[in-house]
Amino acid sequence: MTDTDIYGVLPEALWSQPEIDLSGIAEFDGVEAIQRVRLPASITYDYIPGLAQTRFLRGLAQKKILGERSAQSGDVYVPPRGMSPAEGLPTSEQVELPHKGSVASFCVVHIGFGTNAPPTPFCSALVLLDGASVSVYGPIQEIPYDQVRIGMRVEPVWVDDDQLAPSFESIKWWRPIDEPDVPAESLKGHM
Amino acid sequence: MTAATSASFQRAPRDVAIVSVAQSRHERAIVDRNEVELIQPVIQQALEQVGVQKGEIDFTCSGSSDYLAGQAFSFVMTLDAVGAWPPIAESHVEMDGAWALYEAWVKIQSGHADTALIYSYGKSSPGDLPHVLSRQLDPYYYQPLWPDAVALAGIQARQMLDAGKITPERMAEIAFVSREAARTNPNAQLQGSAPVAELLAADYLSDPLRRHDCAPISDGGVAVVLAAGDRAKRWADRPAWIRGIDHRIDSHNFGARDLTVAPSAALAAANAGVAFDKVDVAELHAPFTPQHQLLVDALGLGDDVSVNPSGGALAANPMMAAGLIRLGEVANRIMSGEVDRGVAHATSGHLLQQNLVAVLEGA
Repeated sequence: MTDTDIYGVLPEALWSQPEIDLSGIAEFDGVEAIQRVRLPASITYDYIPGLAQTRFLRGLAQKKILGERSAQSGDVYVPPRGMSPAEGLPTSEQVELPHKGSVASFCVVHIGFGTNAPPTPFCSALVLLDGASVSVYGPIQEIPYDQVRIGMRVEPVWVDDDQLAPSFESIKWWRPIDEPDVPAESLKGHM
Repeated sequence: MTAATSASFQRAPRDVAIVSVAQSRHERAIVDRNEVELIQPVIQQALEQVGVQKGEIDFTCSGSSDYLAGQAFSFVMTLDAVGAWPPIAESHVEMDGAWALYEAWVKIQSGHADTALIYSYGKSSPGDLPHVLSRQLDPYYYQPLWPDAVALAGIQARQMLDAGKITPERMAEIAFVSREAARTNPNAQLQGSAPVAELLAADYLSDPLRRHDCAPISDGGVAVVLAAGDRAKRWADRPAWIRGIDHRIDSHNFGARDLTVAPSAALAAANAGVAFDKVDVAELHAPFTPQHQLLVDALGLGDDVSVNPSGGALAANPMMAAGLIRLGEVANRIMSGEVDRGVAHATSGHLLQQNLVAVLEGA
């Protein structure tokens, strides 16, 4: 098969397995070629979130969003990893962030992956919480997907109190609040 | 016993030295901190010891493996510890940090950098290490059988016993001496040992290996600063100059190897110039006692050499870091003026498959 032939049958041929040619090996004459072996393997790990992420996850179980501030730059990171990556130094101060933010970017999902994906189409977005320097990720609901826009004000929708857990899944989704949009310029550097 | 010939040794064009070393306290399981929280204070200490500001490091290189803690791209997350903004020149090896140091050394030799930060870390506690290590084997013939690392080392030990290259008594003595030496190593995980007779009375872990023959499973990390020429002299009163460094590899198919020798270690030692002068101290990366003896033989180390005064990997064995720690332990002894010339060895893979040897000197 020449390259032209391959391009001619795109896209099906793009990921196909070429025929294996064993004709040069006499011993393989008439032997069925093995094209695939399945060797399943799995390893189980404990997850160690670390000091900062443990604080963050435990905060979620109490309906709190805890960021951490760099003493050098003043930047507030959420979710925190314990470090200010720009300085390479530990974040020094825990900051409880308000439950309000602005959409910094979004996309409309037409093919949902994963078991927890909302019915399609839906909006997934980056939300810059007020006072934070980086955005958090989450779906936007309770508004038609084609009305979501950058700068739109949103708030988290939490699971019922008895379902709260040290997990980001404690926030079900984000929804609009009745506040004027912020100008996109105010999100520069965080988009 | 060494196959060492010195024909291939060439002095490198640039003088490069280790000028700073920092380590974590190695523990069986660090359960509060994640990897970046583990390594950041170590990196910070290594930089502060030589008064280096962010931006004065030309090249950063790390060694780690996502398989250990089961964290995909964990090395990208640990870059949070180095202040990679504005963007820095950075690289990573899925190997022990000793190979990250080698990459940095080559970068400096090539003239593309004068200074380098090298760090490596391993958190083995989240997984089942002896089985996790089976994932670095041949994926078709060995991996599906899940051979554990201790059992493989037992096969090597059996060959060495059968060949008369070691005895159970000598194995126990190596364990005893290493862990007693570690009493003066504040970072060691195991400090002190039961007497040899008591060790020999213990049950087998994987016959012929007893528990004392095996390195502990450790969480920990290390950071090293390299500098060339005058910069090294400014940053350290007595830099530990890397006078020779080489790494070599034996077949990954250990069924095709004589496991009682390590030709790649001997060749790396010859190319690093180990035999050119008296060796005061040697730090060997031997996670199992028979491998300690094998390396002493392969590197041609005489009875007058102080071997593993830190306790070696038998006292603390953070994966991906224990080899770079050997370079750090030798460098510290040179920088302090305690010794003039030392040899550091690092290994990677199963059964001493890959070996790196460096010669460090105070002058």
